[in-house]
Formats: sequence, structure tokens, C-alpha cells
Amino acid sequence: MLRSSAWKLCRVGQKSLQRQLEACSVTTRAAVFVGADYPSTGRGFAANSHDVFGQHRDEKGNTISTPFDFTDANYDAVADILLRYPSNYKQSACIPLLDLAQQQNNGHLTLAAMRRVAMLLDMPEIRVYEVATFYTMFNRSPVGRYHVMVCGTTPCQIQGSDGIYEAISNHLGLHYGQTSPDGLFTLSEMECMGACVNAPMIAIADYSNGVEGYSYKYFEDLTPADAVEIVKRYKDGEKPEMGSRYRSKAEPAGAVMNGKWTPAQKTMPTLTEAPPGPFCRDLGEMPAPEQPKA
Amino acid sequence: MLSKLARTASRSRVQQNLLLPSILLPQQPFQSSAVTSQQAAPAEDHIEVKVNGSPVQIPKGSTVMQACDAAGIDIPRFCYHPKLSIAGNCRMCLVEVEKSPKPVASCAMPAAPNMNIKTDTDLVKKAREGVMEFLLINHPLDCPICDQGGECDLQEQSMHFGSDRSRFTEMKRSVHDKNLGPLVKTVMTRCIHCTRCVRFATEVAGVQDLGMVGRGKDSEIGTYIDKLLTSELSGNVIDLCPVGALTSKPAAFTYRNWELKNTETIDVSDAQGTNTRVDSRGVEVMRILPRLNEDVNEEWLSDKGRFQYDGLKQQRLNVPLVKGPDGAFAPKRWPEALEAVAQGLQGIAGNEMRAIAGKLSDAESMVALKDLMNKLGCGNLTSEGGFPDLDADVRSNYVANTTIRGIEGADVILLIGTNPRIEAPVYNARIRKTWLEGTQIGLVGPEYDLTYPYTHLGEGPDALAAMLGGSDFFQKLQEAQHPAVVLGPGILSRPDRDTILQQVHELVEKAGVVKEDWNGYNILHDAASRVAALDLGFLPSARAQSAPKPKFVYLLGSDDYSEEDIPEDAFVVYQGTHGDRGAPRANVILPAAAYVEKEGTFVNFEGRTQRTKAAVPMVGDSREDWRIIRAVSEVVGRPLPYDTTDGVQKRLADVAPHLGKVDAVESPIWLNGEYNKAFAERAAKAAEAFQQPFSSSIKEFFMTDAISRSSQVMARCIQSRKTGHPKSATHPGAFGQDAAAHAAADM
Repeated sequence: MLRSSAWKLCRVGQKSLQRQLEACSVTTRAAVFVGADYPSTGRGFAANSHDVFGQHRDEKGNTISTPFDFTDANYDAVADILLRYPSNYKQSACIPLLDLAQQQNNGHLTLAAMRRVAMLLDMPEIRVYEVATFYTMFNRSPVGRYHVMVCGTTPCQIQGSDGIYEAISNHLGLHYGQTSPDGLFTLSEMECMGACVNAPMIAIADYSNGVEGYSYKYFEDLTPADAVEIVKRYKDGEKPEMGSRYRSKAEPAGAVMNGKWTPAQKTMPTLTEAPPGPFCRDLGEMPAPEQPKA
Repeated sequence: MLSKLARTASRSRVQQNLLLPSILLPQQPFQSSAVTSQQAAPAEDHIEVKVNGSPVQIPKGSTVMQACDAAGIDIPRFCYHPKLSIAGNCRMCLVEVEKSPKPVASCAMPAAPNMNIKTDTDLVKKAREGVMEFLLINHPLDCPICDQGGECDLQEQSMHFGSDRSRFTEMKRSVHDKNLGPLVKTVMTRCIHCTRCVRFATEVAGVQDLGMVGRGKDSEIGTYIDKLLTSELSGNVIDLCPVGALTSKPAAFTYRNWELKNTETIDVSDAQGTNTRVDSRGVEVMRILPRLNEDVNEEWLSDKGRFQYDGLKQQRLNVPLVKGPDGAFAPKRWPEALEAVAQGLQGIAGNEMRAIAGKLSDAESMVALKDLMNKLGCGNLTSEGGFPDLDADVRSNYVANTTIRGIEGADVILLIGTNPRIEAPVYNARIRKTWLEGTQIGLVGPEYDLTYPYTHLGEGPDALAAMLGGSDFFQKLQEAQHPAVVLGPGILSRPDRDTILQQVHELVEKAGVVKEDWNGYNILHDAASRVAALDLGFLPSARAQSAPKPKFVYLLGSDDYSEEDIPEDAFVVYQGTHGDRGAPRANVILPAAAYVEKEGTFVNFEGRTQRTKAAVPMVGDSREDWRIIRAVSEVVGRPLPYDTTDGVQKRLADVAPHLGKVDAVESPIWLNGEYNKAFAERAAKAAEAFQQPFSSSIKEFFMTDAISRSSQVMARCIQSRKTGHPKSATHPGAFGQDAAAHAAADM
């Protein structure tokens, strides 16, 4: 009862916020979390995490008494991971183990999973929570089988990531932070994923088949149509190839411009020939002495 | 803070001119042992740096901030605290260092020889204003309703170092409040993320409960799950918090700090003698804070000492009461009540009397009662919860000879039958500190969570015997330069005490715990009155063993007497502060002043004499303890020869000279070796060591005496510890922000 009334209060607050945001740019608006499954606090979030709260809340399947343990196969993986670090610095394995637990647990970390990691590494639980809440790639609430992350950082935005978001959003009927009713897709915004040279790009994490089937693929040089096609192929159970849609790597073959692949033109500078200028002045040259004003 | 600035500014001028020797420089946190920190370091250990053009000499390894402090220049700071590790995350202490392209965080920057530090340049001013502007971006403007208002570092430093305007026009963030239990109130929106509380909990208190969750502007201090801050020192995070994010929950909204009168006194909730400041308004104690005393409590105070003060307002005896023939108490005036005591004493021989002193009795009242009983011919004096037949002739036998500060110099510590975490929490933090520096710790006794790891050597006397036979830990003790043994109060009240002490002494001798310049033999006590009682010889005389059953019992604030001490038909006088256990049993109740209402002498477990001071007036008709006894002596016709506080304190100094030397520790001469041979006979006669395991003398940390038992806050602490959850059983919704949830959480 208390909870639902509090949600209502938040929604009222959010409406007023949305009104304020009418005048804002598309990206800012998109960054506002419009929750369907989760109560929204109506705040824009810089971290772009799928989760918006820094405090655990009891939910079905994620309470203090929910059991979690690694499978036998994954315990072998745990042992392999632990071998990488000196035994007196076991806590170095915190992030790899949390990642493993997330893969096993359909893409999100429950309280019990974090506790298990803390137990395995002899760490205080809070130290594991700190790590899990710090990194946005750890999800602390359930995600769909395919977690679609759209890069929204400056280079991708210049190359048209807003259009990518709009296309996927219209295709799936989802805003950032939402999960489709069939549980297949969760749409999130991510900060720079380091593939700026092939902007715009998205990353899709595949949690459909546990640790063995797990993949985390970058799809680069996307037009809105390409992005929708990739999502469609995932929906059909295919495993689309990762990487650029239009070039083998990052060679200067062209770029996505205005939602279309535009091959490199002669006027475009490449690294194989002398740059056309304008150039920097000769830094060794002494500036001419200033003429005294008459 | 502002006054501190003024103080340091005046000091700076002197220091800059005179180049004072290092002994006057601020304490270096990395100089741990008591011995080294008191010695002036030789000159080659020093470097010279310039602060604002004036040369200043500082020890090698100092930080830029310490150099500025030494020069008397106040650097604003939030995250830096001398007792905690350096975090460097508030950026408020930025200063300019010549040849450095950017301002540097002075708390984390090591000072290098001939470094030219500038703190008064435009760059520094701008840097401080910028940092302050960012800190204030998300800080609410609720100073008028904030309990920290008026003593807030952020408030004062923004007045002093901040800009007069902000360029921030966006919305401030808000953060859900965390429930850390019944003692610490959180208003997390005010938090500036200095992480002092996290570092205190992790490093000093040794509980890994607090952390910084989230990232960037979404980061919050919290426990992630709703978790109680399970430390006996949790209240100290309130003092550490530089803003109003962590404040006192019991005292919330009850005072503004400028209304309070400060009285520097000491705490009596345990035997540590923590130096405190009692803040009062009118007749009420509003809060209790620790004072800095490196020798006793550093900067910390236990939760019981800090929060039990509401017990001073509950269940108080404020008028003399006399039990009528119908068994009901009737309020009387003092002369009538004293007359009733005299009547009760009539016709009773000296050897048919008994006096029992309580845990909170001051030395004045005990010496007065001892004098009175002796005059009446009675030698049957006991100190409650104590050990009637302990030989108090040798002082080294019942105090912490190493001293509280001295334990930091120990390299191996053996704890026997003690749980210092609840018997003396602040002392336990000191042991934890030595553990952090590499000291090895062993425990004989039940396994407790002491907040630091230790070698568990067994539970009972058999483990001691096994150690004597030779074990790894015993070898470590033998090889140690400064080994220490700490015995808990639980051992001294065991029937097989003599046998155990005999074993311990054998161990002490074999392991060389007592050396020429080192005495590692420590007894821990759990009651504030204990050491003074032993110093004064408030113990049964030799003849008291064979005395008949007492017909008259004088309880001096004693509530934890054992039933067999008071026969059914005895006439009982109860002189005390609270209607606790002793009062209903009494025939006459004489109301006395509590420790915040009187001047009283207490001796802590290292033998340090300290005095309380009256912070608030006495309640109702109550009087100082020793004055009541003086009045009784007059009525029974054996007047005591002192009428003033000075007089009784002079008498104290006559009986035990060190009781006249306030704030000093008189280190006892080590006589246990000789003494031990003498009492080997007694040990032989005494019971054989039981195989029963050792146990702590304290069952419940939060309730040990009349004051803490009357405290509702302490009751709440016990309740929340039982559930282990800061909220009550019914979880009040996920948001937990509404009034109902608060009410439930505050219950």
C-alpha cells in the first residue's frame, strides 16, 4: 500500500519533469527512464545503468533468502579464474566471478549471487556490493534474454545514434530501461564502448543460453535499418555476425552519414596520402617583432 | 572551526619565527607507539619546506597538509582525519606547490625537501571556491532544520572559503535515507561522500558494514541491504561526519548546539574512564561527546557511554522514601529518613552489618562509607560484581600495568577470559589498532567476534595448562619483545580464580611478560568504581568471613548484589540514583546524585585517577553520595571528620596518595612475583580449576548498570541487535520514507 502510493507520488513528479523536458533535446529526453516494470524516480541518469537504485529492494526471486550457487561446470570456471590471481589477493577475482554469476543467472546479479561471490573470495559482502553497483555492466534487476545497449556518447551521437535508438525503440516498442513483455529484449543506453571509429554502434549481450551460449557482440557502422535487422535476426533465434556492417575493420572505406553508408570519396582525407591542409604554422619560426604603433 | 582558525593563526606567527622543535608539532599518525611519539625526532629526520615563504621543519614522510599545520596555517578539509587513512576524495585541501602545474591535494601529497607551498594565492582561493561550489551543488539548503547546523564543517568552511554564489541552476539530487539502527540518524541527501564513516567502520570499529555504492552522481553511502551498524562504537560516525548526514537519532531535533552548556567530565559506563563532554541545557543532559585524550580514549566513545543519558531521566529517585509497616514506601523529608536509618541501626553490632558498593560509586562515597562502617565496627565491605577475597595489597595485581596507550607497543597479546569488545569497546579499538600494525593476538576463552582475527587457543583453564606445556603461541609470546597478557573481569569472580591466576603468573614468568622496562600484565575491569574500591581497600576484613548473618545492609548504589548477600530479615538502606533492583528491596531509600550531577573521583582500569564534574543540577531532593553518608554518620552519632569536598578528597589522598593526583597514572611496582609465591599456598588450598570455559563478565553490553537499564535507547539497541535488522519485523515498504515507516523504525 505504502509502496504503491509512493510510486504514484513519483509518477506525478515525473509528469512535471517530462513537461520540463519537452524543450530539451531528444537524447536528454530519451535518457529519462520511463519505467513500465519498475517504479521510476523520474531522474535522468548519467551512469546509464539499467538499474536506477543504489539500494537493494526485495523483489520476487531476489530476497535475502533466495538461494544461488554456481553449477558444477561453472565451479570449474571459478577455479580457473581463481588460479589467475595470487591466493592472498583472491579478491582480484571479484569482477570475473560476478560476470560469471551474471551469465549463469540469466543476465542479472541477485543479492544471493553477490553473497556467493563474497563467500568464495572471503570478502565482506558490502565490498562486493560496491563493485556490483559501481559497474554499469552488472545488472542488479532482471533483463531480457538479449540486452541491447545503444551507445549514446558524442562520436556515435554525431554519426546518428539517435536514429538508431528511435528505430530500435519503434521496432520493439520499448524505451530505455524497459524490457519487452515476451522477456526477449531489454533496451539500454550505454556510455562509450570504444568503437568510435566505426560509429554508430550497438552492443548486444546474449543471455539466452547460460554461460556456454553467452556472447557480447559489437555491431558497428549501423544504419537504422541495419540495427532493426540485427534485432529481428536475434528474435528469429539467429546469431548475427559481429563487427562492422560495411567494412572489414576500421579502414577508411567510408562512414555512415545521415543514416546511410557513404563510401569514401576522393575529397575525404585518408592516411595513405599527404593530407590536404590547412596546416599548422611553422612552430620554429620566430614571430615578427611587433611594430610600435604610430 | 572559526575560533580554531583564529587560534592557529596566532600560533603560526610564533612558530614561523621560532622554528619550534618537533615535539610541539602535531602528532604524526604513523608514529604509533607511545614511546616513539613522545621523543623528539633527531634533526636528520626532518626536512625543511617553505609555507607561504616561511621555512618550517617537519619530520620526513609528512604530508603537505601536515607541513601547513606545522606552520600554523589552517587548510580546509572534509575527508582528511588524523585517525583514519587518507582518502583524498573531497579535494577541499588543494594548495599550490611551486613547479606543480595543478593545485595538489595537500592531505595526500608527501612533502619533499625545499618544497615551496603556497596557500594564499589566487589559484588556491579559486580552487577552494570551485570545490566548494561543487560540494554544494547537491547539498540541500536545510541548515535551519539540520541538527549539525552551527557546528557543521561544510557550513563554516563555505562561509570561510566558499564563493558567495553558485552557477548551478539544475535540480539537486535526493537520496534515500538509510536505516543504520536506533542510534545513528541519516539524512543522506546531505552527504558529501567524504567516506569518513566508511573508513571509521572499516578501520577503527572493524565492522565491514558501510560502503559507497553506485557511481558518479548516483553514488551513495550505505549498506546496500538494510543492515544494522553492528558496532559498539557506531556513535562516533556522528562526530566524524563533517555535515549533517549522520546525526544522533535519540537527540534528533531536541537542541541547537549553541544553546548547550559544555562540561568536561568522564564517562562511567565502563572502566575505561573515557574523557567526555556533557552538553546540557538547563537541567537536562542533551548529549554526550568524547573529548580527545590520546592516553585514554583517543577520540572515541562507546555507544553506551554516549547514548545512555536518557536513562538519567527515567526511574530516578528524587525524594527519600521509607518503607512503612504495610510494606509501602512513603516519601519523607531528609531528617525523617536519616532518623529511620539510625533506628534501623539500633542494637545491631558492628559485625552484623554489611556495606556493598555499586558499579558507579565514586571514590569519595566509598571512602566515606568505609570510614563510617569502620567506626561502627563493621569490616564487611564488598564491591558488587567484584571478588570479595581478592588480595588488593599489591596494586600491580589488579590494574592494566601496560596502560591503555602502552598496549600499542605490544607485539604479541594474549587475551584470557575476556571479550574486550563489550567490556571496554574503546580499548578493543586500541587492540585492533595494534593488530593492524602487525601484533599477533591469541584468545583463551569462548570465541567472540572481536573485530580482528586472533588465534583461538581454547576455551577454559585446560587451554592455559596446555599453553604452559608449550605451544606455538606460547613460543611467540616468549620470543616477543613486548608480550602482553590481558585478563578479563570474568576470571576474577570465578571460584577457581586463585588457581587460574597461579597458572597465569607461571605463564607470565616463563614468557617474560614482565621485563625491566615493560610490564605486560593487564587486568581489565568492567565497572567504573572497581579499581578505586580496590585502591581504597573496600574489601571484607579478615574477620568478616566468620561474621554472623548481617542484619543491616547498606547498599551504595548496588543493584547487582547476589541474593545471599542480603538475608531475608535484614534492614536494608539503599542509597542510589535509580529505582532499579536494589531500591524495592530496601527499607529506607536515600536519593543520590548521578555521575553527571556531582564531582566524583574515579580510577580507570589502568589506574588513572580522573574526576567527573557536575553538568546538571541534582534531581529533586537527591544529594551527593558522600554528603549523604556524612549526614548518616552525624545521625548515628559517629560523625566523619570532613565536611567539604576538599576535605573528603584530602582523606582520599591520605588513604591512597595517587587518588590525589588527577589525570595521572601512577605505575605500580611489580610485586606479583613475590606475591605469587605467597599465594601459591592459597592456590593449593583453593578449588581445583574447573573445566568450565571462561566467560565474559558482561552478558548484555547495552545494559550493565542502573542508568543503562533505565535507558529506552539502550533497550532499543538490544531489540534491534536481536532482529539484526534495523527495521521492525514488518517491513515498512520499499521507500521507507513516510511517517509510518519512520515511526516503526524509531520504535
